Amino acid sequence: MPQSAARKPAAAGPVTLLVATRKGAFILKSDNARRAWKTTGPLFLGQIVHHMVLDPRDKRTLLAATSTGHLGPTVMRSTDRGRTWKEAAKPPAFPKAPEGEQGRSVNHTFWLTPGHASEPGVWFAGTAPQGLFRSADGGNSWAPFSSINDDPQYRKWMGSEKDGTPDGPKLHSIIVDPRDRNHMLFGMSGGGVHESFDGGRTWQVIIDGLEVVEGFGFDPKDPTFHDPHCLKICPGNPDRLYQQNHCGIYRRDGKGPWVRIGRSMPKTVGDIGFPLVVHPRDDNTAWVFPMDGTQVWPRVSPGGKPAAYVTRNGGRTWQRQDKGLPRAQGWFTVKRQAMCGDAREPVGLYFGTTGGEVWVSRNEGAQWACIVRHLPEIYALEVAAS
Amino acid sequence: MKVYIPDALRSYTGDRRHVEGRGATLAALMLDLDRQFPGIRFRMIDEQDAIRRHMRVFVNGDEARRLDVALKDGDDVAIVQALSGG
Repeated sequence: MPQSAARKPAAAGPVTLLVATRKGAFILKSDNARRAWKTTGPLFLGQIVHHMVLDPRDKRTLLAATSTGHLGPTVMRSTDRGRTWKEAAKPPAFPKAPEGEQGRSVNHTFWLTPGHASEPGVWFAGTAPQGLFRSADGGNSWAPFSSINDDPQYRKWMGSEKDGTPDGPKLHSIIVDPRDRNHMLFGMSGGGVHESFDGGRTWQVIIDGLEVVEGFGFDPKDPTFHDPHCLKICPGNPDRLYQQNHCGIYRRDGKGPWVRIGRSMPKTVGDIGFPLVVHPRDDNTAWVFPMDGTQVWPRVSPGGKPAAYVTRNGGRTWQRQDKGLPRAQGWFTVKRQAMCGDAREPVGLYFGTTGGEVWVSRNEGAQWACIVRHLPEIYALEVAAS
Repeated sequence: MKVYIPDALRSYTGDRRHVEGRGATLAALMLDLDRQFPGIRFRMIDEQDAIRRHMRVFVNGDEARRLDVALKDGDDVAIVQALSGG
């Protein structure tokens, strides 16, 4: 497939952003120029909203993965683009363990992915602790993927609750190939990257080329020691994947190995981070938002100088994009779900910070502007298909 | 029996602070509440039938930590959300 193939730029018009935060959700809507923004919300005030996604197939169904400090996790559904909401009848949950065996309990649903265009109503969810779930009825009822959740090998790779991120190991970055609904991918933090060509009945580990944390004698062939932070498939060339990993930025073409493309980032910045955004049409263009991954992993902008970095040549070189962002004392953290792009020409980029700010670039990162401040800690940001 | 519902769960009970429930055990009562107010049980009880970490249930003032606690007509059951950080 040619590099700049497939999808046409979205027609000019308002952009809608779905903002999931630790204390509720918000919806931001722009004017046609993406200059003026209006905030509505909060939805689900006080509830932890881990991810909120609009179904691009019907452009009406919204799902929000929620929990609270006290109550169990659930999924909220809207079929009228957020005007009214109902709770899922059967949220993601692991099976009850047989008597005498230790069962697992979903702490929260972390990730939501709409299914293939040919399967309306199908959704996928990733949870903490790590599990993969599927809904065939627009998110109302969810069933576990036993090929992952109950597989002894996968359970070993997932590890225990102590083997993941501070608020629990997460299954994330569930991807359905836009060309083929049977081709799927997901990441486990930790537990590596996994690929299926039969709709999830069987899976293959794809970690060849990925590095592991040095100095502990970890075996790079063991998925246990791999921590993908964010995976993206290129809409303009679905044979190409990008990955922001605990150990660098990578690209994968076809069935080849992962190639570390973050080596060409400035040494003072490094290639550690959480989010990654791919261009909707050009598979050579991707953006990252580096984080400080030294010593105790502060997970803030290196040196207090936040910036996105863009590659226009598949990772051979990177350019800093910090115009409009704080020049100093800007200790941003941008979580793995909190950066996204639209499909316009030029592409609009968006990120949300743990300090409750939303930043926008209307020109592919050349200039940034803060459009909202004072929201709760932002967990996820998604562009809603218009 | 009378069941006290905490603030966080009143969206399920139409904002009612007290509801009536039935059951010979706490497990049966929870199922009865879920029949009346769909979805409420999973917010309190996980898929392994454990009372969630920050939820507490009191029967006549005594804390019940398991679902096999016996109940009888006239018992007062209080469901309480424990305090957790900001």
